[in-house]
Amino acid sequence: MEDGLINLGLVELRDKIASGEVKSIEAVEAVFGAIDKYEPTVGAYISTFKEQAIGKAKEVDQKIASGQKIGALGGVPVAIKDNMCTTFGATTCASKILEKFHAPYNSTAVQKLLDADAVIIGKTNLDEFAMGSSTENSGLKQTVNPWDVQRVPGGSSGGSAAAIAARLCYGALGSDTGGSIRQPCSFCGVVGLKPTYGRVSRYGLVAYGSSLDQIGPITKNVADAALLMNVISGHDAADSTSVSEDKAPVVDYLGEIDEGVEGLKIAVAPQLNAGADESVRKSVEEAIETYKKNGAKVIEVEMPHLDYAIAVYYVIATAEASSNLARYDGVHYGHRTVEPKDYVEVYSKSREEAFGQEVKRRIMLGTYALSSGYYDAYYLKALKVRNLIRQDFAKVFEKCDCIMMPVSPTTAFKIGEKTADPLQMYLADIYTIAVNLAGIPGVSIPCGFDNDKLPIGLQILAPAFEEQKLVRIARMYESQTDHHKQVPPLTTNL
Amino acid sequence: MGGRISRKDVEKVAKLGRLQLSDAEIEEFTGQLGSILEYVEKMNELDTEGVEPLAHCLPISNILREDEAKESLGTEKTLANAPQREGEYFKVPKILDDSSGV
Amino acid sequence: MSEFKHKLVVGLEIHVHLCTKSKIFCGCELEYGATANTRVCPVCLGMPGSLPVMNKRAYEFAVMVGLALNCEIARFTKWDRKNYYYPDLPKNYQISQYDMPLAEHGYIEIPLEGGKSKKIRITRAHLEEDAGKNVHSTGNYSQVDLNRAGTPLLEIVTEPDLNSPAEVKALAVELQRIVRYLGVSEADMQKGHMRFEPNVNLVIDIGGKEVKTPIVEIKNLNSFRAVERSVEYEIHRQLDEFGETGKTMGMGNKSTRGWDDVNHVTVLQREKEEAHDYRYFPDPDLSPVELSDEWLGDIKSRLCELPLQMQMRFVNEYGLSEYDAGVLTGDRTTAEFFDNAVKAGGDSKRLCNLITQAGLKMANEKGCSLAELGFSAEDTAELAKMVEAGDVNTTAANTILEKMTELGEGPRSIAEKFNLIQKNDAGELEGIVDEILAANPDVVEQIRSGDKKSGKARSFLMGQVMQKTKGQANPKIVSEILAKKLG
Repeated sequence: MEDGLINLGLVELRDKIASGEVKSIEAVEAVFGAIDKYEPTVGAYISTFKEQAIGKAKEVDQKIASGQKIGALGGVPVAIKDNMCTTFGATTCASKILEKFHAPYNSTAVQKLLDADAVIIGKTNLDEFAMGSSTENSGLKQTVNPWDVQRVPGGSSGGSAAAIAARLCYGALGSDTGGSIRQPCSFCGVVGLKPTYGRVSRYGLVAYGSSLDQIGPITKNVADAALLMNVISGHDAADSTSVSEDKAPVVDYLGEIDEGVEGLKIAVAPQLNAGADESVRKSVEEAIETYKKNGAKVIEVEMPHLDYAIAVYYVIATAEASSNLARYDGVHYGHRTVEPKDYVEVYSKSREEAFGQEVKRRIMLGTYALSSGYYDAYYLKALKVRNLIRQDFAKVFEKCDCIMMPVSPTTAFKIGEKTADPLQMYLADIYTIAVNLAGIPGVSIPCGFDNDKLPIGLQILAPAFEEQKLVRIARMYESQTDHHKQVPPLTTNL
Repeated sequence: MGGRISRKDVEKVAKLGRLQLSDAEIEEFTGQLGSILEYVEKMNELDTEGVEPLAHCLPISNILREDEAKESLGTEKTLANAPQREGEYFKVPKILDDSSGV
Repeated sequence: MSEFKHKLVVGLEIHVHLCTKSKIFCGCELEYGATANTRVCPVCLGMPGSLPVMNKRAYEFAVMVGLALNCEIARFTKWDRKNYYYPDLPKNYQISQYDMPLAEHGYIEIPLEGGKSKKIRITRAHLEEDAGKNVHSTGNYSQVDLNRAGTPLLEIVTEPDLNSPAEVKALAVELQRIVRYLGVSEADMQKGHMRFEPNVNLVIDIGGKEVKTPIVEIKNLNSFRAVERSVEYEIHRQLDEFGETGKTMGMGNKSTRGWDDVNHVTVLQREKEEAHDYRYFPDPDLSPVELSDEWLGDIKSRLCELPLQMQMRFVNEYGLSEYDAGVLTGDRTTAEFFDNAVKAGGDSKRLCNLITQAGLKMANEKGCSLAELGFSAEDTAELAKMVEAGDVNTTAANTILEKMTELGEGPRSIAEKFNLIQKNDAGELEGIVDEILAANPDVVEQIRSGDKKSGKARSFLMGQVMQKTKGQANPKIVSEILAKKLG
């Protein structure tokens, strides 16, 4: 554990900047100091914006000095996953096909950060188009796990999770389609929250699986995640799937975060948990014990259809992806093959050259699932089973406040260890995927370490739009432990 | 319903998805997609008779906007990322057939 | 080789641009003829991260057409993606409607010769986005303009109920009239607001056995004439082809031919219908639309009387000829103007003459509608009443209508101001007649003697009376007096 400016939480830093105790520029310099030292090893960022960040920090400091009002993230350095459009820098999705793409607009979530006076430090690495669970599928660079540089940071928001763990910024945005926020947060020992589908605008988030994608915060602690949620949540007229305030009002997630939940009822599915590594299972069970000691009741439940979540996901997500990624064709933007013999080759060669293997594999799978003669057997069937999965959750939430389970069956694995067998990689998403299919919110919080001192995450799930309850439940545990305060050896050893 | 996918299927799908795959890739994908599809067919263990397909996980409908014109990007921003342009147009190799589906 | 007994069978696939202010899924303004790529934003450019939001008016316009075409309107519709690659389609999928079109099972009634009409069944109508435009310039390149991408487009498919080139044209004209009446499309074929693609084949009778020729889809039709001519051409071409090859309709032998408007032939574009695999699936970015009773009622209330109904009413109730009723119902403002004038008490035939002979001529010259000429239907009815009462004659009435446009005054004040009121006083006129008769004894003699030229002589006397009265004498009364005096 280490103190000092760089280890402050986002909320703490925000308050210190607002009170004048710390200057935004100091925080920004501290971050770029850490980036100079650790980023060459970690590889969390695809791009950084030092000059712009310093400019913004000075502007915020000026505002504070002159007594002007500042936004909810006044002067705090944050990072964003590089699949959110920004008018500054490129928006690459870690793909060669968009390596030089400059968006003419800011995604809504990024605009909200800017409007809240956040200082954007850079854009983080990911699995190409957010397809993957290790960030090894990035077409542009490798990110490593700050806890063990031989290991993956998880994915697809591996850059954002590693950046928080290595203290390369104070808060970050990730996106979660099948676990892409929660799983890397579990691997990197940080907090990651996937909001309810429709809570945060997807406008400007480069689509992977449109009915599953959701932007969420990645932070050092639960309060920080709540603060970011306050900023990025809310209805957006530009996103038809964003939920209106009258149907689900945005509440202050941070305000009463320490209130806890009285008479908390936790659902657990022992059968499901049995598939996890022993160290993971043990840590999760211990975490649940902590809740019990605080008066929570644990109810064992069955969710019979969750076993099918991976199958359903890899049909729906890839089907949507095959269509979403059709636009990368070398005609209007993005990579174009050098000497196409005709316009059809502009498509087929540009795409062949610039997409990575995992992206191609998923496009192939999704195209097949939608193609004539297979639609009913794969896509339509998957939509039906998706409904059954959602019903499983609904039944549990009739009698419980939340569900607890591991985030991933394992801790971070070695780089290259699982790349040969894509199916095995997919199967590791067992705990995270169903949440996206049901559209409900989930959070991953640090709950211990395995024998290799690799972080383990506890996953807590709540009913749709119950993020406030979710962060309170998460905070109950966090306030009694110090797993989230652990700093990876990298940042002290190097 | 066999989960196996033939090399020919893979070639057909690659064409649909506009991917000019190499021979090695076709070979690799034939195997991998076969085993993934075999796994996916696990769904068939479930009886989904009478179950509504769930395309949207939130019950929302009638999200419509008023018919109001807004500012467009303008030609320069529109063409800023174009791999090739000619004047105010995107430029592509000559389109010979007219297979527009509209 | 055209000696085969045959029947023409045509179904139409029609695309109609809806004239909303903005595009279907984004706020880009719709403007025909704007500089290339100036009406484009991240959404219609298909930029990464952009999302569509449905234009309410586009949906309502589509429902209005569905209702006007007597369709069942779906209370629940959704949007689907139709996946295919083409440079004018930036996302490489088109947002359309697949299995749940917003309108189905309707019909359109088309007017035929001799006051008859025919019902052509409508299979379905659905809403989708138009693509951009590929411009085929010289050299080895094509150019893409995305201004049109995202224009709301209503696709209407008819059953193959059309059996002559004239019927095909009549449907096209009638549909144009309907969408213009509804105010949902400018429907200008030259500008591509309306595109017709006839699917044409023949049923040939060979010794009592029916065989069908392969279906041909005709594209590139930019006028009603082209629609009619191309179908006419296909009849002969298909008969010839059948005579030569004997080829009949079968799986996958539907071809596409383009109309060459210079040489008046269809040219083969695509030999075989490709086995398209559009991989339709529900668009996850858009929510379904549920149409409540209240909303549907509201949309219904925006409909108007349809042109053919109006045309028939003008014939049946107002006693107009088919031709005149057709002219008056050519556009909605003229038809409504006329209808209001009749309802204000004017004689329908006199009004028809006033409007078709003077009103529409002026409107045409000024490039505006009848209603924009500056006089009301009530004033026009008043003018017709004046003609009917003999206060003014028909020539004067046309002059009065012109002056009404110029001066913005009512017909009576203009008639008085310009001395156009007829002299109807029989006593006064008799005096004038007597004067003329006295001054022309030889002409009178000629008439009385029953000369062959007496008709001409009578006209001469009438002309003299008119001259004397500066054209204000009521010719009917004058000729009565002349008849009385001359026998």
